[in-house]
Amino acid sequence: MSAATSRAGRPGFVWVAPALAFFALFALVPMVVVVFLSFTAYDGLNPPQWVGLDNWARLGADPLFAESLWLSFGLTAASWVLQTAVALPLGVWLARRGRTRAILAAIFFVPLLMSSAAIAVLWGTLLDPNFGLAGVLGPLVGIADGNVIGNSRFAFAAVVLVIGWQYMPFHTLLYQAAARAIPVQLYDAARVDGAGRWRTFVSITVPQLRDTIITSGVLIVVGSMTTFEVVLILTEGGPGTATRILPLHMYLTGFRSFDMGYASALAVVLLVLGTALSLLIARVTGYRKMASQREGL
Amino acid sequence: MNLWTLQNEGINTVQQQAVDGFNDAGGPQITLTTYLNDPYKSALQTAVGSPNSPDIFYNWGGGNLRGYVEAGQVTDLTGALDARPEIKDRFLPQVLNGGTIDGKVYGIPMQGVQPLSMFYNKEVFAKAGIAEFPTTWQGFLDTVDKLKAAGVQPIALAGAQSWTEMMYPEMLLDRVGGTETFQAIADGEPGAWRDPAVVRAMTMVQDLVDHGAFGTNYAAVDYDNQASQALLTSGRAGMELMGSWQVTSLNDNFPDFLDAGKLGWAPFPAVEGGKGDPRNVVGNPSNFYSVSRSSADAPAATDFLLTRMTSPEYVQGMIDKGQVPGLTGLDQQVKQGRFADFNTFTYEQTKNAPTFTQSWDQALPAAEAQTMLTNLAKVFNKELTPQQFVEAMDTASR
Repeated sequence: MSAATSRAGRPGFVWVAPALAFFALFALVPMVVVVFLSFTAYDGLNPPQWVGLDNWARLGADPLFAESLWLSFGLTAASWVLQTAVALPLGVWLARRGRTRAILAAIFFVPLLMSSAAIAVLWGTLLDPNFGLAGVLGPLVGIADGNVIGNSRFAFAAVVLVIGWQYMPFHTLLYQAAARAIPVQLYDAARVDGAGRWRTFVSITVPQLRDTIITSGVLIVVGSMTTFEVVLILTEGGPGTATRILPLHMYLTGFRSFDMGYASALAVVLLVLGTALSLLIARVTGYRKMASQREGL
Repeated sequence: MNLWTLQNEGINTVQQQAVDGFNDAGGPQITLTTYLNDPYKSALQTAVGSPNSPDIFYNWGGGNLRGYVEAGQVTDLTGALDARPEIKDRFLPQVLNGGTIDGKVYGIPMQGVQPLSMFYNKEVFAKAGIAEFPTTWQGFLDTVDKLKAAGVQPIALAGAQSWTEMMYPEMLLDRVGGTETFQAIADGEPGAWRDPAVVRAMTMVQDLVDHGAFGTNYAAVDYDNQASQALLTSGRAGMELMGSWQVTSLNDNFPDFLDAGKLGWAPFPAVEGGKGDPRNVVGNPSNFYSVSRSSADAPAATDFLLTRMTSPEYVQGMIDKGQVPGLTGLDQQVKQGRFADFNTFTYEQTKNAPTFTQSWDQALPAAEAQTMLTNLAKVFNKELTPQQFVEAMDTASR
């Protein structure tokens, strides 16, 4: 083998160049631009004007910013709890073979095939208080007039549930794949030791799924912090501002009010928060260490 | 030359014919490009003033157009109009006013007039023992009571979108305080939101809410999926305040309702003791075409607008699609076709209106309009008092 070919076989800078170029063009450059715009007043029509820290000072005075930030945190926490609580057991259950499970799995994964817009429109129709399902089921759960998305107490729960409905199948899929990878010997050994189903689930399945729980958690956290299309179509942040999460606040400020400067400041906050949260999860959980859970196998 | 407009299958054909007719004359050639509503607004905002700017662009007049005018991006058409009085006189002044900024014309009306009216279910009204649509506010409140007594939700309101809620305060403010109250707000006069008539109009809105006029679940009702129209046509609600597009929309979605002759319409009632002329209308005077300042051939673009938007073929084409252009001398033309009765009503109402106030969300600058819509939803949901609404808007307008 000649020296030239052996060098070509090694990963060099040229190999990452295309990916780097794409990343720079579609991720880094927009990030730099949005940071720049956050220091300007810009309506899209007139050239951006440097206003220093004005937009950043406005964050403190904008009651909608604080409200939308808390709503986003709330959405993230609720989504994580709900989606994990459903996807983990469901994924583990679907991991075992069987015709019933296969058929049910195919049905559970249907939302994965639908676009966010279609899901939001579908649920908007189902949640119509007069002609939709909300009018029929509402009275059974104490909402006599079926007013779910028009009620500031229930609208947020509806958003969490619809987003959960959309993404749970994906996380179920992650858990299903991960559960199938758990060595069967562990279960055999546990059975010999007399462990029951619950004990096996808690002591073997969950610890073995640790990395998947973290991966799925990071995806849910980052996804919930930045999601917005379902909320835009389903409630448009309403009633009033009851579901105006941070990304939606950013969108409405930028593309409805044409206040791009302040919207850019909101975007930077989102960017920093999303990154910080996922780093925090990785650090707290020790995900980075990639410690093996299969020592001795 | 490029002409940008909104996508609308019916109307685009008429527009294309106007462009073809102009191009056939052999002068400068125009290309028609169509956009969807939301992407159009952001595309236009960034394109105007750039090298990609269209020569002629569709807009909403009012605050929307004002932004472009103040950025120095729109051609003043006043001189061109004044030079051709026979064309200028064809435009209804109250409609042309929507494309007029600080006394100068920047937009030529290019579409039908869309005033707000009350649409009601005649069958429901008959069952509730209401012979005629009320013409006074007291009569209106009595009607609400009668409908409630008959077990019907008096008013269908698509409150999931606050622009439908906005129609009530904008009509009431015009009736109570007169057109000049909102005119002052739209002109950005300091403290204009603090006019006592604004609090009065918002209080009347909340009285309707407290009275159960809109039922209880209106905040979850959507207009885009015809949920409020379904309430009206199914007889579960008695009436709905909406723009004139309601009739073509009902015809598309609930043709049986129209065929059965159950649809009634009437002007918004007068308010006793109010300053506003009850003949005044509120809504969308029209949409407009403007010529961008950077156009390579502004005179040709202007000529296209003046001659083609008033041409008999264009006007007839629009009427055939259910649009009533804001022009003089259409009394006979609007009396034909499936929507003859309603078109005549719309035309007469607009022609005889002393003023035509533009919808608040289009008359105000974008940021103030958004704040107004959010706060209005809170007024309807009783999260803001009328006084708090005024305070919030006063702050937002400064």
